[in-house]
Formats: sequence, C-alpha cells, structure tokens
Amino acid sequence: MNKKQKKNLIRIIIASVLLIILHFLPITGWIRFIGYLIPYLVVGYDVVLKAGKGIRNRQPFDEYFLMAVATIGAMALAIYEDGDYTEAIAVMLFYQIGEWFQSYAVGKSRRNISDLMNICPDYANIEVENGQLQQVDPDDVEIGSIIVVQPGEKIPIDGIVIDGTSSLDTAALTGESVPRDVKVDDEVISGCINLNGLLKIKTTREFGESTASKIMELIEDASSRKSHSENFITKFARVYTPAVVYAAMALAILPPVILYFTTNEITFGTWLYRALTFLVISCPCALVVSIPLSFFAGIGSASTQGILVKGSNYLEILSKTKTVVFDKTGTLTQGVFEVTAIHPSELDARELLHLAAHVERYSKHPIAMSLKHAYGDEADNCSVENIEEIAGHGIKATVNGHIVHVGNAKMMDSIGADWHDCSTHIGTVVHVALDGKYQGHIVISDIIKAHSSEAIQALKRCGVNQTIMLTGDTKKVADYVSDALHIDQVYSELLPQDKVSKVESFLSQKKNPYDILAFVGDGINDAPVLSRADIGVAMGALGSDAAIEAADIVLMDDDPLKLATAIRISKKCLRIVKENTWFAIGIKLLCLLLGAVGIANMWAAIFADVGVMIIAVLNAMRCMFISKYH
Amino acid sequence: MKKSYKIDVDCANCAAKMEEAAKATAGVLDATVNFMALKMKVEFEEGADPQEVMPRVLTACKKVEDDCEIFFN
Repeated sequence: MNKKQKKNLIRIIIASVLLIILHFLPITGWIRFIGYLIPYLVVGYDVVLKAGKGIRNRQPFDEYFLMAVATIGAMALAIYEDGDYTEAIAVMLFYQIGEWFQSYAVGKSRRNISDLMNICPDYANIEVENGQLQQVDPDDVEIGSIIVVQPGEKIPIDGIVIDGTSSLDTAALTGESVPRDVKVDDEVISGCINLNGLLKIKTTREFGESTASKIMELIEDASSRKSHSENFITKFARVYTPAVVYAAMALAILPPVILYFTTNEITFGTWLYRALTFLVISCPCALVVSIPLSFFAGIGSASTQGILVKGSNYLEILSKTKTVVFDKTGTLTQGVFEVTAIHPSELDARELLHLAAHVERYSKHPIAMSLKHAYGDEADNCSVENIEEIAGHGIKATVNGHIVHVGNAKMMDSIGADWHDCSTHIGTVVHVALDGKYQGHIVISDIIKAHSSEAIQALKRCGVNQTIMLTGDTKKVADYVSDALHIDQVYSELLPQDKVSKVESFLSQKKNPYDILAFVGDGINDAPVLSRADIGVAMGALGSDAAIEAADIVLMDDDPLKLATAIRISKKCLRIVKENTWFAIGIKLLCLLLGAVGIANMWAAIFADVGVMIIAVLNAMRCMFISKYH
Repeated sequence: MKKSYKIDVDCANCAAKMEEAAKATAGVLDATVNFMALKMKVEFEEGADPQEVMPRVLTACKKVEDDCEIFFN
C-alpha cells in the first residue's frame, strides 16, 4: 500500500463509521442533513473537486462528473423528501472502495510482473586498486571495462569472460532451467545469474545496450502498442459516457413532463431518482481498467517463460493463428551440422575436406563451421584469397592459386561442373570443384530437435490447421524432415528471396482475412520474411539484436514448443478480455434497462458499477497464471 | 528524438487524458502513455529541447489531471 492508498482507506473507514453512528442518532431536518454531509465530504470531496475541474477544462464527461452529479442529485432529492441520505453517501463510498481496490490490484499485479521480469541488476562490481570490489552504477561502466560477478549475482552487462569458470542460470531470460557452463573467452549476456564461480568479465556493450536492458525496454514498451480490444474500449467510452448523460437527462425530464400533461400526476422525484441511478451505472471503469491489465499480465507471464511479445496487438492476433510457416534449419532442426560422409571423385578424402574448409575460412554459416570443425586445423599456411559469397549458391575462393567452388548443385550447374548427387546419405550435400572441375562432395547432416514433433502436434491442438516448412536445403533432406514431423506442406531449395515470395503467396491465398499466418525462423537471414508475415517469430534469439529487432515475438531459447505456449497464453488472454467486455457491458445494459423502468434501485446501480469492476479486475489478473506446456 | 519518462498516475482513464494533453503540447510530435508500466514515451519535434518541452508537458498534464507526476530530471 502506498501513501495515497493508506489515506484513502482511512477516509473510507471514517465515513463508514460516521454513517453507522448517524443511522442511530435521532436527528431530523437541517441538522440531519448537515450531519450526513460530513461523511459525504470526507469520502467524496476529491471527486466533487475533480468534477468541477473537468467542467472548467471543458472536458466534463468523465467518471468524476457522473459520480458528483449522481450523489449531489440524490442528496438534493433526500432533502426535498427529508428522507434517506444513506444511498447518496453509499454510492460515493462504494465508488471509492472500488477505486481503492482497483488501485491496489493494479499496483499489486504491476509489482508481481516486474518482480517476475526483474532481470536488470542495478549495480556492477568493479575491482579497485587494492583488490577490493566497488559497486558502481552500471550506466557508468564503459565498454571494455572489467567487471566482477560473484556467485549468486546477476551479470549486469554483456561481455566476454576473461577469468574464471562457472555455470549460469539463464531461466530469467529463457525459461530454461538447465544451467549453462561458461569458461574463459565465452560470451556471456546480462540477466543470467552466476551460480558458483567468480567471473571476471570484459564488457562489450554499454549497460543500456545490453541484452537485459533491451529486453526490459521491450517488455515495458509492449503494452504501448495497443490492441484492437483496447482501441475499441477507448472509442466506446468516448461515445458511451456522453450518451448516458444525455439519456439520463432525457429520462429526468421527458417522462414526468409527458405524464404531467396527460394524467396531471407529479412524478418528477421518481424520474430524477431513476436518472441518477442511470448515471451511477454508466461509469465505464471496469472495461477501461481490466482490458489493458489483461494484456499487461499476459505479456508479463509470457516473458517469464522466455517468450517476448512486442505488443498487445501481437498477443491479440496470435490467438487467431491458422498457418505456421517454419524455416527448417535452426528452427525445427538443431542447426548443428556434422560431416557424415566424404565422397571424393579423384582427390584424397582429407584433401577434399581441406579445400572446402579453406574456402569457408571466414564464414560463420553452420555448414562452414562444421566443415572447419571436421577438418580440425584449418589455420595452416595455405593462402586463401578473393573469397566471394554467392547467396543461395555457395562460396568461391582462390586457394593456393587455384579457384575452388564450394556450394550446392546450383553452383555446380552455374560453373558447368559435372556433378552427381550422393546416393547413400541424406543430408546437405556440399559439392567441391577445383578450377571448374568436379572433385566430389561432402555430406553434412543436421539433427531434428527433440521437441519439434511435439511442437507440431501441440500447434494443431491450438487451432493451427496448416503447417508449412520452407528451406534452402535439398528436396531429399526437406522431405525427410517433414515426413518425420508430419508437416503438411514443404518447399525446398529456396533462396532467401524465394522465401519472401512464398510467404507472400500464402498470405494472398488466405481464405479469411482474419486468419493469421505466423513465420518462425532463427532470425539469422530471414529478417525480410519475419517482417512480411502477419506475425514474425524469431527463435533462439538470445543475444541476437537483428532477430529481436525484426520479429514481433521472440522466443529466447530455441524450443519450438514455446510457440504453442505463446498461442495458449494469447488465447487465454483474449478469452478473459472477451468475458470481461461482454460481462461488463451486459450487466450495465441490463441495469440501465431495469433502472429506467424503476426496478433497479441505487444499490443495484452500485453493484453494476463497483461490483462489476472488481470482478473484471480479478478476472483480468488470471492472465498472470498460465501453466507451461506438458 | 524519442525519450521515455517514468510517470505516476492513478487511473487508466487519467493516463489516457495525460496522453492527449502531452500530444497537444508544442514541441511534441507524438506521445504514448503506458498506464501499466507507468511510462510516458515522448517523440519530440525536430530541434525541440526535451528539457524545455517537458515542463510544459507536465503543466498540460496537471491541468487535466492534477494527481499526476512526470519524472524528467
């Protein structure tokens, strides 16, 4: 509870006690009115002041205005009839209780969520002259400084380990509980918890640019991108409040006037009371608060599972995902390649690998890494020059004066080399040509991720009716993977730009414009596709800025099952938003109707306002609790 | 130029009013208020000085909702 909440709670209690005392005091007339005015002012003075301010600023139609007019009107009616002031005060009292509860609940969930996402440490340790550690503001640490992270502390800034070994808990970032071992020269990212050893880290980024800070910023900004539901409510409230005020005015004036002229009955009091009931019911707070709260809580609970959703709008449309397009490598398969066969035509097997490894010397592509890894000692004194990467084909370079082409069948065709496919192994076939003459091929295979098959099944259960795989890999490998995973459609041997046009054609073939197409990739070379799809999902993006930038949803680890979890969270959130919208609007309309014909009194109106709001807020808070996929 | 400020405000509706007020302030190109994260993102016009614009944003916000605060120092 903060100071304001405490103060308001005290006001509520004092007013309630006064109300009970007044109920038993035998006073009448003006003294009675003044007596009841005290608890009214205690609990409602700020509402009346704010209403006055609203009128002065020419923005009168807000909840304060509604409450002020309704309660003052009810007081006036009570003076006129020397009747019951309790109702007017109760309206104000319950309104304040509702406001208090709302502020408490929102504050509580705000704190819960920020605790869950508390990945940014607020200090860094720097070693000073005598070997002592000094805590400094991480914002002041320059790139290239050495920071010390003790066991149990969070790494504040991204960097490279220069001393020590340890295991890191990445759960806060990825939702993955298996610790990661790090040693000297390993890159570490901020937000991980150092579990056992002392680490000295040379920083490679500023604090504000480090992973943990970036992620925090992203989550906090996410709820600024408003969903359709939120925009709908904002528009709704803008039309609804004035409409109700005018309806109340009409209700106070028209029926009694008509009745007076037709039957000569004087019924102004009754109809004024009904009009005031109208005003109390009308406050749209339940919707205005509960819907953003649902999205905020949903985004928060997703991020605790290593799923970053970059906006409420994405969380909203994710639930309508009907088609999921996967990239293969690094998404459904591990992207860790191993050389499984070497089939030379003329050269020695080792020599073929040697040439291939040299050409790939500077490439970071997984295939290049596996070739270099298989050869072992690539950094010998051979000369490698004029390296040229041909996208979708391969790499060409001059090794010891000879032009070597290393790439796929298309590359061999383009240089006119007489290649042949591998007849024994399934995998990525890397062909090698020396001075334009075919020298044989090396087969590299990738492994399907443990959860891929389960993920496809889970997506189907979440309402996805079509799964598609796109890959630059050969048809043979692609078919092998898609058969193993039961993927509906597969397109192979695509260049990066083909993937964009494929996704575009899927988008234009959609039967229903509200069906959503999601693309899942590892974010390394599919940024254009990520941004073209309705929702781009980057996977295994820990530490990759480009992927985080391009995607709408980021899965921090590389488990494809997380996508199904994300869709489930989205569905639950949307269900709660819908429940709240229909529940709140429904109850209010019903009470308005009953109020207009005189069945619902002020107490029903209080329920329609405060009760509905409390129920909606409690319901919205359920978005925070979503179980993992088992 | 875009900057993000911590704010303090009580209700979602008041936050929306602050957003409107901030948007209408001279020197501000666009503004969004995030009630849940209690943050205000302000995009300034070309050549506007945040230190000069922000006090006016605060005044404008206080006018529509006196219970609000923007921390820009």
